[in-house]
Amino acid sequence: MQKTTPTSNLLSRRPTWLPRFAIAFIVAAIALAFAWVAGWLTPDRLTPARFTNAIETSNGQVHRGFRRAHAKGVCVAGYFEGNGQGVALSRARLFAPVRTPFIGRMSIGGGSPYGLDAKARVRSMALQFNSDDGQQWRMAMNNFPFFAVSSVQAFYAQTVANAPDPSTGKPDPAKVAAFAAAHPEFARFAAWAKNTPWSTSWANTTYHSVNTFRFSNSAGEQHHVRWSMQPQTEFVAMSPEEREAADDNFLTEDLTTRLAQGPLRWEMVVTLAEPGDSITDPSQTWPEDRQKVTVGTVVIERASPQTTGACRDINYDPLILPTGVDGSEDPLLAARSAVYSVSFNRREHDIATGKADAAIGQASSQEASQ
Amino acid sequence: MNATENNNHLPSRSAPRHFNLTARILHWSMALMILAMLFIGIGMVASLSLRPTLISLHRPLGIAILLLVIVRLINRLRHRPPPLPADLPAVQVFAAKASHWLLYALMFAMPLVGWSMLSAGGYPVTMFGGFTLPAIAPHNATVYAVLRSAHTWLALLLFVTVLMHLAAALFHAWVRRDGVFASMARGDDPTNANSTSE
Repeated sequence: MQKTTPTSNLLSRRPTWLPRFAIAFIVAAIALAFAWVAGWLTPDRLTPARFTNAIETSNGQVHRGFRRAHAKGVCVAGYFEGNGQGVALSRARLFAPVRTPFIGRMSIGGGSPYGLDAKARVRSMALQFNSDDGQQWRMAMNNFPFFAVSSVQAFYAQTVANAPDPSTGKPDPAKVAAFAAAHPEFARFAAWAKNTPWSTSWANTTYHSVNTFRFSNSAGEQHHVRWSMQPQTEFVAMSPEEREAADDNFLTEDLTTRLAQGPLRWEMVVTLAEPGDSITDPSQTWPEDRQKVTVGTVVIERASPQTTGACRDINYDPLILPTGVDGSEDPLLAARSAVYSVSFNRREHDIATGKADAAIGQASSQEASQ
Repeated sequence: MNATENNNHLPSRSAPRHFNLTARILHWSMALMILAMLFIGIGMVASLSLRPTLISLHRPLGIAILLLVIVRLINRLRHRPPPLPADLPAVQVFAAKASHWLLYALMFAMPLVGWSMLSAGGYPVTMFGGFTLPAIAPHNATVYAVLRSAHTWLALLLFVTVLMHLAAALFHAWVRRDGVFASMARGDDPTNANSTSE
């Protein structure tokens, strides 16, 4: 190899530790870069795992095998029927005048699978569509029309502030107040939570995409959009007395009763942004006069328990999207996707390691009696 | 140095001194891709903002590596690699051969485990432009959890193996200076008629 002897001699006169040091340095530098990207060198950096830890802490306890957020819910199934109006907005197969089946989940906010339905301000609808072109669209929607906070850091701060104080078992009012003072946009959400009438059912509740997405049609035209599922079931408000008297699981009982009488329907209404409307901040709403297009109908036909239903092992990641739909630049979308993934990994791991009897419908664990 | 090459007991022709061009192209392009994949993978699970971008790179790049390693294995089996220096200590010979086969095994395992893991998690295995690969494992919580953990641990094993491979290659290049590094770094001297690989 070394044909030029003088060079070899020159090289061999170098100290022998130098190449060894250089090799160690290069290998260590790559390993350190890897550790830094992994977040191992920066314990203060907010990662999806650390965010999920904060959610678990805020829940007060970890309910093995259950979702770390929106832990209580029920599986549903049905189909979406496009009316063809959405084709002009997006190439997604969902909008064609066809029926696309879905596996969905209706849930309440909170980290306990034993939460009281009448105390949950947040209600949600999640859907996974399987189109006949082999593509999927997953949605996770909420009854609040705008997000509580404007950034990922603020969402984390909210989660931390709401963690129960070990001495009282309830959030520390001083920390909650400090959070609200530091995040003025939260006042609007607090007002919504306080003043909006509670509905009597999942069936007569409107669900919103909350975050902004981007539709693109076959001509390549793009629109920033948000959408909502507006119930065909008439809204009925629930009085505080009715909530006080309601059964712990009244939402599931109500849904089951209604489905026994026939399917439940929602219109999917897409709202188009105009220049200047906030794309990246889900706490900001768009003016009421924005163009709205009704693109089809969500039809729920059946429900089944989440412990044994098909929705249990689905991660309703809002960024699993078909061609014709993309996530927007809203940073909360990416954060939701990342945190949902960790939550999914943890609960599937719980199930795999036999720590989740209650979550898979085997009521032998202590949790089931709670 | 050159004396070692004369020790190869080959009756009809001398052994190749370098990996063939296909092997070298695959080696260096896959080296970049695999190192990129390891960083993309660890960054993807550790970031609250970059996940969508990185995951859309991670999946097609993983499948590309799977396709390339198939080509690479066929090339490797059809073309004898240059022999290791005869004076290499037995333990280093063993380490070299074992680590190479471990690298091959991991290059196959990582994309296949990743693909099965997504299948078991009920995820669409989306490549690009709406093109989706079929599921290759049942949608099952336990299968998913096992494969998801395996994907992480095998990735860490691959990272450590790649670093050791790199250290060994540089050791050959800078300390032993025995031609092992050059056998992958460059081709044969065109004036050397005996040097073509099979």
